[in-house]
Amino acid sequence: MLELIESHAARGAIVVLGNHDAAAIGRDVAGMNAQAMSAIVWTRKHLARRHIAFLEALPLSVREDGRLFVHASAASPERWTYVTGRRQAAQSLEATDASIIFCGHVHEQKLYYTIATGFPMPFRPIPGTPIPTARHRQWLAIVGSAGQPRDRNPAACYALADLARSRLTFFRVPYDHGSAAQKIRAAGLPERLARRVERGA
Amino acid sequence: MLAPEPGVEIDGFRLGERIHVGSMASIYRLEGPRGPLRLVMKIPRLGAGERSANVVSFEQCRMVLGALSQSPHHPTLVAYGDVETTPYLVMEYIEGVRLDHWLQRAPLAPQETARLGHALALALHDIHRQDVIHLDLKATNVIYRPDGKAALIDFGLSCHRHLPDLLAAEFHTPVGNWVTMAPEQIAGERCDPRSDLFALGALLYELATGKRPFGTPESAAQLRRRLYRDPRPPRALVGATPPWLQEVILHCLEIDAAARCASAAQLAFDLANPGQVALTERAERSRSDSFIRVARRLYKARRFEPSPPPPPATDLTPLPVVVVAIGAQETGEPFFEALRAATRRRMAANAGCRIACITVVAPAVALTDDTPTGRHIRQLINLRRWAKPLGLPEERITYHVLESDEPAAALLDYATVNEVEEILMGPGKEAAQVVNEAPCSVAVVRPLPAG
Repeated sequence: MLELIESHAARGAIVVLGNHDAAAIGRDVAGMNAQAMSAIVWTRKHLARRHIAFLEALPLSVREDGRLFVHASAASPERWTYVTGRRQAAQSLEATDASIIFCGHVHEQKLYYTIATGFPMPFRPIPGTPIPTARHRQWLAIVGSAGQPRDRNPAACYALADLARSRLTFFRVPYDHGSAAQKIRAAGLPERLARRVERGA
Repeated sequence: MLAPEPGVEIDGFRLGERIHVGSMASIYRLEGPRGPLRLVMKIPRLGAGERSANVVSFEQCRMVLGALSQSPHHPTLVAYGDVETTPYLVMEYIEGVRLDHWLQRAPLAPQETARLGHALALALHDIHRQDVIHLDLKATNVIYRPDGKAALIDFGLSCHRHLPDLLAAEFHTPVGNWVTMAPEQIAGERCDPRSDLFALGALLYELATGKRPFGTPESAAQLRRRLYRDPRPPRALVGATPPWLQEVILHCLEIDAAARCASAAQLAFDLANPGQVALTERAERSRSDSFIRVARRLYKARRFEPSPPPPPATDLTPLPVVVVAIGAQETGEPFFEALRAATRRRMAANAGCRIACITVVAPAVALTDDTPTGRHIRQLINLRRWAKPLGLPEERITYHVLESDEPAAALLDYATVNEVEEILMGPGKEAAQVVNEAPCSVAVVRPLPAG
């Protein structure tokens, strides 16, 4: 997995540090449950020195033109704040002049957009429907989790931004989650982590 | 920005005759080297003195038209300019006669009214099936093509339920056409396709009688009259109106959206098959409702709540989420047990529901030995202590420590964004606000008195 990401990074992909990555390289990350910690312990054992070096070099956020990439809230990326509502979305958007923020941390797909007055409005995207994202507005796109969705649909989440036409499309794609769950069990990790991948919840 | 003059070129398109000047935009026929093209350009009115809503409405129009599939029932979007620099839309020029042409000759024969209404209902059904609601249906926004099909124009106030609604919360007064606007639109509802059926009913009424069902309101108070005052039955104005047509028109004009035709397709069917229309007391009505009935409705209208809109054609309802809100200082076991009992009942009733345990703490302040993470962890421990006896599998419960000075507002925000089905919480000063303002059901849980 990490090697796949490294190869993408070598070809110019933008990669930002997530809270599980931070924990895996020994940084202090609050609020993780026991199962997550056991997965972190497993990950640490399997990381070679160059993997750790790769993770250690990852930035918390990356700015590219009018776009900001960050794992959690842009307001304080190192605090791993979940963008669970309009207030948090507003704080994240206020922290940058980027026109669009791409983030994760929260596992469900969501798009927040600014209006003339008040907090940003939330919108639950329909997979496959392109949404025009005009640059004079601010947008915050939670693209969803690739391997651990939480809405009972085990399909992975991703989103494609069409920069030339300023359009954003959210997608769900099925994958062989059964094998992924088997690998988790075979590695001796907690049963719940395997079930979560199978059920998408 | 002044409206450009004919002859000007924008992004290679040469403007021809200006065919419409409205409060929000101007429309030009486009010119080619050999005369007018079958294209029009719509340019919003922007700049000093113009409403900022114009640009939002322009964006919304572009977004919705761009998402609609090609059809004779609305113009096809061909090109558009950048909202910030040169906003314009280039669309198909629709040849035909606008509905206001017929309104000038109203009252029309019942068959003529039914023919026009039928074509318009089919056009509405076409967009409704794609989860688009027009919300600004009026005579000048309907063009009848030479083959008799109706085309809807001007989607500037429309709503597409697969796309963000840029117009949500944008206006303080009800926008749209006050002559045809549905009661739920007056109350701010923008998600109900049956609002378009009400507007269609108002147009049919005017075609059949030559009069507007609710006159021409000039103030918000006059606009709200339709929440309680029923229009005079068409037969009282034009005696020759057949009962089936009156039935169809008054069915569309029901105050409660749920009492109207369920879909534009059903309405089209009724207008095409007069003999099949099920006649009710509406068909025979000869005068407006009695003073007593209107007074009763007036009383109800003060607390008018629109019926919930039907689910979108392609609905993706997420699993229900039940929020359990626990105060930061709350640790009492009797209260915890009462809250657990209430939670168990929800879980028994709905095997799929998820529980979100939430506590709200004041934002971290500098100069305190109380580190934010330390406080968060203590709150998480408290939430987990509450949840442990429930024995819930981890995937059905989540824990959240929200930071806010206003606990009630933070909870309401969470409930709105996450489409929460129900909130369980203890009594207290926050509970009153949450109960009043929540977008969902709220249960206030109390421990049973001892003994």
